[in-house]
Amino acid sequence: MMRTRFLQGLDELKHKLLQMGGLAEQAIERATEAYLKRDPKLCYAVFESETGINSAEREIDELALDLMAMQQPMAGDLRFILACVKINADLERVGDQAVNIAERTLDLIREPEVDFRVDVGRMAGSVSTMVRRALESFVEGKAEVAEAVLEMDNIVDRMKDEAFVTLTNVMKEHPEQSQRALDVLLITRNLERVADHATNIAEDVIFWVRGADVRHGGPHHLQIDDRTPKSSNM
Amino acid sequence: MPNIRELSLSRRIKNHFATGVAIGASVLVLAPLLAIFGYLVYKGIGSINIAFLTETPKPVGEAGGGMANAIVGSALILGIGSLVGVPLGIGAGIYVAEIGRGTFAKVVRFTADVLNGVPSIVIGMAVYALVVIRQSHFSAGAGGIALGIMMIPTIARTTEEMLLMVPHTIREAALGLGIPQWRTTLSIALRTAASGVITGVMLAFARVAGETAPLLFTAFGNQFWNLNPNEPTAALPLQIFVYAISPFDEWHKQAWAGSLVLITLIVGAVFMVRLATSRGMMKGARN
Amino acid sequence: MGVGIEVKNLNAWFGKAHALKDINMRIPTNQATAIIGPSGCGKSTYVRCLNRMHETIPEATVEGMVHVGDFNVYGRQTSAVDVRRRIGMVFQKPNPFPAYSIYDNVAAGLKLNGFRKRRELDQVVERSLGQAALWDEVKDVLHKKSGASLSGGQQQRLCIARALAVEPEVLLMDEPASALDPISTGKIEELIFQLKEQYTVVIVTHNMQQAARVADWTGFFLMGSLIEFDRTERIFTTPSDKRTEDYITGRFG
Repeated sequence: MMRTRFLQGLDELKHKLLQMGGLAEQAIERATEAYLKRDPKLCYAVFESETGINSAEREIDELALDLMAMQQPMAGDLRFILACVKINADLERVGDQAVNIAERTLDLIREPEVDFRVDVGRMAGSVSTMVRRALESFVEGKAEVAEAVLEMDNIVDRMKDEAFVTLTNVMKEHPEQSQRALDVLLITRNLERVADHATNIAEDVIFWVRGADVRHGGPHHLQIDDRTPKSSNM
Repeated sequence: MPNIRELSLSRRIKNHFATGVAIGASVLVLAPLLAIFGYLVYKGIGSINIAFLTETPKPVGEAGGGMANAIVGSALILGIGSLVGVPLGIGAGIYVAEIGRGTFAKVVRFTADVLNGVPSIVIGMAVYALVVIRQSHFSAGAGGIALGIMMIPTIARTTEEMLLMVPHTIREAALGLGIPQWRTTLSIALRTAASGVITGVMLAFARVAGETAPLLFTAFGNQFWNLNPNEPTAALPLQIFVYAISPFDEWHKQAWAGSLVLITLIVGAVFMVRLATSRGMMKGARN
Repeated sequence: MGVGIEVKNLNAWFGKAHALKDINMRIPTNQATAIIGPSGCGKSTYVRCLNRMHETIPEATVEGMVHVGDFNVYGRQTSAVDVRRRIGMVFQKPNPFPAYSIYDNVAAGLKLNGFRKRRELDQVVERSLGQAALWDEVKDVLHKKSGASLSGGQQQRLCIARALAVEPEVLLMDEPASALDPISTGKIEELIFQLKEQYTVVIVTHNMQQAARVADWTGFFLMGSLIEFDRTERIFTTPSDKRTEDYITGRFG
């Protein structure tokens, strides 16, 4: 029956997306570990995993396109596929950010270590949690979990701002450390971008589950605008 | 394991045998028809001439004369019969197909079927009792009534069947346009079934054209010209009957000629039916 | 000019079977409204109650109110014939009158109701065939070809022209394209877009993509009840009722 093939297609899409999510999470964690442990081998591992992430992105987009063309999805199914396409793009960017972090880390490793008193580890931990929770909300289709991710974004933003203040001071007072301070600053920015992507994923999940567009501060409930009084008899 | 070739051989033999039987049956059906027609031509063609077709019968013993008045009389009687049978038959057909739903419609249908089976002489006698006796004279009108009654069942049944064959969607389309039910029935349904209904009418006509028994005690016959429906009138089948049972040779010859003319006219009518039917079917087949 | 339709507490029966249960709906003017739902949900019955075709079936009964603009469809003074002149209908299987020419088909609604002025009939026929996008194809054979000698898609457009000739306010279409090939279907859908400007169109369809393409508003019926009625985009992206969602995503039906 046609519907079984469609449902199988939806399952496959979900499965592939989760796999990719796993790769992206892993990339961030590996890049963070590379920074904390100053291990160049881990950096190279991050670079290698990038090809996997990119080809997964292509596969997922193709599958989504096929499902839309061949199966004419409606309502919830349509929103789901659209959400998958967007989450796909966000996850690929997360992978890119992990590569950026790894590259910065390689630069830092070449120079002597400095303790800037910026808790990159803690920030990376929060960011990883955000990504993980966002993907969980996708797997379970739970909008509340996605909303919790949106809340965490504020925390990460604050951490980034604090790091900015600390590191700009360092650059003023110790110009010889500027290059390294800048690298760390950029790493915090990369992490903050990952948090943004996790937020996007959460918003996409809410759109899929509730049919509500909560991007850019939209309301967290269904819009009731120009409909006639609903004339149903239930 | 049966050999494929053997199987097909036995099947082919059976096929040929069945085909042979079918052809044989068709020949058997055609044979009497052709025999009759051939014999009529043989016996009658000699006596058909202008006189036969234009003159009235001469008295016994005299040679010559014709059946012109019988041909015209038949036309008159059949005309009256059609005036009776066609409206009543079509009306009954319309009622049963379009309007009647309950027991009354079933009664009408049953009555028509019974009427179809009543022997023609009985119908003739009934009309004799109901019309001729009351009027105390024979008439073409009475003959027409008798023939008309005989036409009704065929026309009614054909009309009903043809109307039922008109797809219901056609009627719905008409109703949906705001056309009242009666108009739908007449201008749409009946119009669509028209060629079939006309076929029914012509079949009934062809059938009663050759009836003799019902005319025996109604139209009665006439040796002279008559165009007054209130008076006894000659009819071809009647004339043939009278001449055939007479002891005169001359009249026997004329009876053969009359039979030939009658059959020719009937075959002509049926042929026209076929022509009309085929055109009608082409129209319907396009749907 | 099209007029909106208001339906209040509409119930319909086939003998004892309760086919439509308390339907309330406001169909907007000069827009296309689609009625969707699984087989047997009552969508055809509903539409046939709007132009009083339902009662032509033996033992079929109706209760409730239907107003087309100010006109009370089930008013005591109103005859069904009057109603059907204001509300036109196009059926699933094209049903031109086979015994009539193309011209007579289109003119039938007028001619058979007593209107016979030749020149005006000519104008009406041309206008209606134009509205149905059929004029160019048949203008030379109006009287020569019978209604039944056209192709399926042309026949359906002929039926549309015939319905439009009596200048109804509302046009009901019961699965008008389901018997047609994709190209003819496309032409009919194109036509509905144009007809919307002048008429209020209600279209029953089991093809959801067609409803999505053609209709401004959509009503979902299930087992004789109206489950949801909303703008088409809403129904097909974020339906409110789970039953609607299940139907349009093919989870049942």
